[in-house]
Amino acid sequence: MIMGPFLIGIYVFVLAIFVGVEIITKIPPTLHTPLMSGANAVSGITIVGALSAAKYADTEISSLLGLFAIILATINVVGGFLVTNRMLGMFGRKKK
Amino acid sequence: MSSSFIATTVVPVLYLLSAILFILGLKGLTRVRSAQRGNAMSALAMLIAAVAALVEMGTFDLQWIVLGLVIGGGIGALAAVRVEMTGMPEMVALFNGSGGAASALVAASYVWLNVIEKSSGETAANTAGVGSASAVTAVLSMFIGALTLSGSVVAYGKLAGKISGSPILLPGRHVVNLSLILGALGLGAYTLFTVTDPGSIAMYTLVVMGLSLVLGIMLVIPIGGADMPVVISLLNSYSGLAAAATGFVLQNNVLVISGALVGASGLILTQIMCVAMNRTLANVLFGGFGTADSGGGSEDNRDYTNVRSGGPEEAALVLENAESVVIVPGYGLAVAQAQHTVKEFASELEKRGVKVTYGIHPVAGRMPGHMNVLLAEADVPYEQLLEMDVVNPEFNNTDVVVVVGANDVVNPAAEKTPGSPIYGMPVLQVWNAASVIMIKRSLSPGFAGIKNELFEYDNTMMLFEDGKKAVQGMLTELKSL
Repeated sequence: MIMGPFLIGIYVFVLAIFVGVEIITKIPPTLHTPLMSGANAVSGITIVGALSAAKYADTEISSLLGLFAIILATINVVGGFLVTNRMLGMFGRKKK
Repeated sequence: MSSSFIATTVVPVLYLLSAILFILGLKGLTRVRSAQRGNAMSALAMLIAAVAALVEMGTFDLQWIVLGLVIGGGIGALAAVRVEMTGMPEMVALFNGSGGAASALVAASYVWLNVIEKSSGETAANTAGVGSASAVTAVLSMFIGALTLSGSVVAYGKLAGKISGSPILLPGRHVVNLSLILGALGLGAYTLFTVTDPGSIAMYTLVVMGLSLVLGIMLVIPIGGADMPVVISLLNSYSGLAAAATGFVLQNNVLVISGALVGASGLILTQIMCVAMNRTLANVLFGGFGTADSGGGSEDNRDYTNVRSGGPEEAALVLENAESVVIVPGYGLAVAQAQHTVKEFASELEKRGVKVTYGIHPVAGRMPGHMNVLLAEADVPYEQLLEMDVVNPEFNNTDVVVVVGANDVVNPAAEKTPGSPIYGMPVLQVWNAASVIMIKRSLSPGFAGIKNELFEYDNTMMLFEDGKKAVQGMLTELKSL
């Protein structure tokens, strides 16, 4: 059987879901909010596509859509990881 | 290094490294101690993926990329530094929306660049370098991404109190929603598989996104404020699925993997929230349950008899002789911003040799883990936060339970009254404790809109007051004893 990229993608997707479920069911409820904001940051991975969409820096619609995609994805990435770090810092604080 | 070596070896290795770090980063979150390191690993994974993307492009203009990174980074950093912990549900809702929107825009940009702006006279599916798989997933990405955006904005509005928290039930909404789903996906497929005129493709693509935006609003507007933990979790999942769909469009597996991880995370949280409310996902999404907020509500004490109420002095007297106290926080704690006062109150009790723990119901608050974050902000050690299964057997040996701003999650009807709307929902069995101090502004019902017999129990004392003032009052009285 020869698999095209789409079929490989499906395999990767399904297996990644299983990995995700395995790990996430082990995350304690006390960390569920940081999990969500962290997952939020990870969904900013679409920045990979956004960077390439904006690579010509012209005023074609495709490039402008790319620019807006970079802005939104970066909000997710930077905001998501920073706020998660801030929250987790509160969990880690030791009592005096 | 030759460019072919970079393209065939360096870039794929970087993407693989990134995917591995995303998984390890998530694994770090399984323990409080390693969680911060895990988050840093995920951030590193993101950086590596972005670098790999730039290396893969080879040549590019920097203007838009730098501009986008600066604007987005600035907004994101500002939001992350400024947000109050009580405002986390709102912030996560907005971030879900921007993640979904970004994925939809990447897919749209792909369609414009490769199909519309090329105007090859072919359909998208027949255009060289696109193909049917990318065309189908581009439609999916725009569909999921756009509905995630509008749904998240509505969820934000409900959480921030800018839109009524009560469900808004439009007649025939199921038919409308089904038509929107079929319309958006059908038109999307029709456009990319049969239309060759670039102008028409552009217009139809915009219509597809418009329909998806309307669908997102329609899906969230009928859901009550108290069901927001489920909705936020679900939208979280969608933002991941949108990213994965974009990964299929671009045939980039690092997007597929991380999108799948986020999708799985959101789905599991959704599942946990539904179990904690003893409801199916379908019931939450289509039921129009959750009629009012537990925070406020109108005065309604007609149905109650034999309610014992007292002020902070009486409460302090009850607490004075206690050896063990369990504090049960709910959404009212967040509304009253009472977490720091509660912590001070707990410290005063501990100074007097009282053992203090917290009983956390999974759906207390407006998002999964909401209470834990608020209490962590107030420096409450996380070891003191007990999950429902752990704390329930403890109530028999507890002297006093202090309920701050929770209602339905401590309602005995869930176990004792078959036929009650919440019968079967797992609840905190606070009534097993010797005394219960129930802090609440009035006898108004919680989101389930039903009576709470706990208010009439002999061992319950109602303290009618805003959560923060009540705890402050008890603290002052305790100190003066």
